[in-house]
Amino acid sequence: MAVSTTWVFAESSEGKVATITLELLTKARALGGTVEAFYGGGDADAIAEQLGKFGATKMYAADAGDVLQGAPVAAAMAAQIESGNKPDLILFGQTYDGRDVAGRLSAKLDKPALTNGVDVSADGDKVTVQNAIFGGNTLVQTAFAGDGPFLALFRPKSFAAEEGGGGAAEVVKVGVPDTGTAGQSKVLDRHVEEHTGPKLDEAEVVVSGGRGLGAAEKYEMIEQLAKLLKGAPGASRAIVDAGWVPYAYQVGQTGKVVKPNVYIAAGISGATQHLVGMKGAKNIIAINKDKDAPIFSIADLGIVGDVHKVIPKLLEALQAKG
Amino acid sequence: MPPHMNVVVCAKQIPDPAAPGELDPNTKTLKREGKLILDDSDAYGVEMGLQLADKAGGGEVTLISMAPNSEVSGLRTALAMGAAKAILVSDEALQGTDSLGTAKVLAAAIKRAEPDLVLTATESTDGYTGVLPAQVAEILGWPSITFAKHIEVADGTAKVQRQTEEGYDEVEASLPAIVSVTAGVVEPRYPSFKGIMAAKNKPVDEVKITDLGLSADDVGWKGARQEIVDVSPAEERQAGEIVEDEGDAHERIVQFLEKLKVI
Repeated sequence: MAVSTTWVFAESSEGKVATITLELLTKARALGGTVEAFYGGGDADAIAEQLGKFGATKMYAADAGDVLQGAPVAAAMAAQIESGNKPDLILFGQTYDGRDVAGRLSAKLDKPALTNGVDVSADGDKVTVQNAIFGGNTLVQTAFAGDGPFLALFRPKSFAAEEGGGGAAEVVKVGVPDTGTAGQSKVLDRHVEEHTGPKLDEAEVVVSGGRGLGAAEKYEMIEQLAKLLKGAPGASRAIVDAGWVPYAYQVGQTGKVVKPNVYIAAGISGATQHLVGMKGAKNIIAINKDKDAPIFSIADLGIVGDVHKVIPKLLEALQAKG
Repeated sequence: MPPHMNVVVCAKQIPDPAAPGELDPNTKTLKREGKLILDDSDAYGVEMGLQLADKAGGGEVTLISMAPNSEVSGLRTALAMGAAKAILVSDEALQGTDSLGTAKVLAAAIKRAEPDLVLTATESTDGYTGVLPAQVAEILGWPSITFAKHIEVADGTAKVQRQTEEGYDEVEASLPAIVSVTAGVVEPRYPSFKGIMAAKNKPVDEVKITDLGLSADDVGWKGARQEIVDVSPAEERQAGEIVEDEGDAHERIVQFLEKLKVI
């Protein structure tokens, strides 16, 4: 028997299903069996319609209310599982809320969670998750032992989202059990930061800066270049850790995974931590003073030079072209 | 605000991330040989803990760490920053422990320390599963707030700015709670010479898993309930053209972008 039922933890933002959720639904379809979604947010009917298009036949809706989703959604999932409605496999995005729900559910059910997956396969009852480690140069296959449900988290952009042509998913409202103080992380207010230009993980061009910039104020060059190329600015962990730019800019293992048409790495040496987040780019340009920097081993065009000299000239040339 | 604010910071000791990682060919786990250092990601939690205890007007930071072979060099760094003491869970049975097993161990150690607040990194640099804070919180039955960029504590409540895809949420939870701290949100202090000297004499309480009421089945390979079935090299990306800048390298970039019709 292969996988007979897969759940996907569904996420949304402002009434729109998150791309990662659509990617996971597409993969769940490929595994065969029934695909169902589990959702903890608002606008259930609109979300169910979008989820249906990508293959979910049912959407369990557990309204988490104004608290963080981790505890209430995990409790609602566990209640369904304990009542006998048990999937073989539950897929989560390696996202803020995906981690919270999967972590809580893992502890609640006393089942391991395999994290940072880039692929999953099922052979009979054996479910195997693939990870890319050491900056993506080594692939590791890990199989679940013991009984399901198996919990697995996947990095965004591991699968391409494709519609399956289904109608709206049937909405099944499920209760949220009392989670006591554990479920009392109350969201008081949401701040949406002003944003111009494309989102980092959706941009066709990404320009990232690293420690080679030398000083926080030099990051402005990166923003200018990104703007001229209608792209998004990104950053290495080093300059996020140094407090030059916020965490939301970070590309890499602990940040965003990007797969743009063009990725420009400026003053980034290319630690494995960074490579894992950008080596899926179609074209990579690297500018770095150190000719032995690991970033050059994966760059399509490598410039051995000083970012402080190359980028201002590049900005000037691009501006001149209009 | 409690007159004293005791904070536990979960601190991981890892191989230097600058050195290339390697898998043990037999166990297929990360090699953790040689000197271990304090995970950079945890320095932010230590700093945040010290600041919160300071603001509360009293209290201390206790480190909790798990390591298979009595390793303390990374903990000494955090003690030198100002943490008061450490609990080190060191046991041969821990070899191969996954994230849930680690959460069981840390939760049991946290119960011993009875803190007001537990701080962790959002994920470790070497294992980076990112699910541990939620697992620990669930085992303890505590609220958790992950991806904090700012924390304030007042009247038994933690108010946190939590990173989101669009910006941040203001989230509040009653104490005791677990908060995971995003890197870069505070500037970790450098240990002073005095701090480094004092750290040598600060207490590190080394315990075994049985001291925490856990058995070998909860942790290690057996507890992990997963099996690495294959390790293989990924398809390598080839290096392209490397150009030394002689004042005109920007033209090469322009040509490259033109060829791709990006400009």
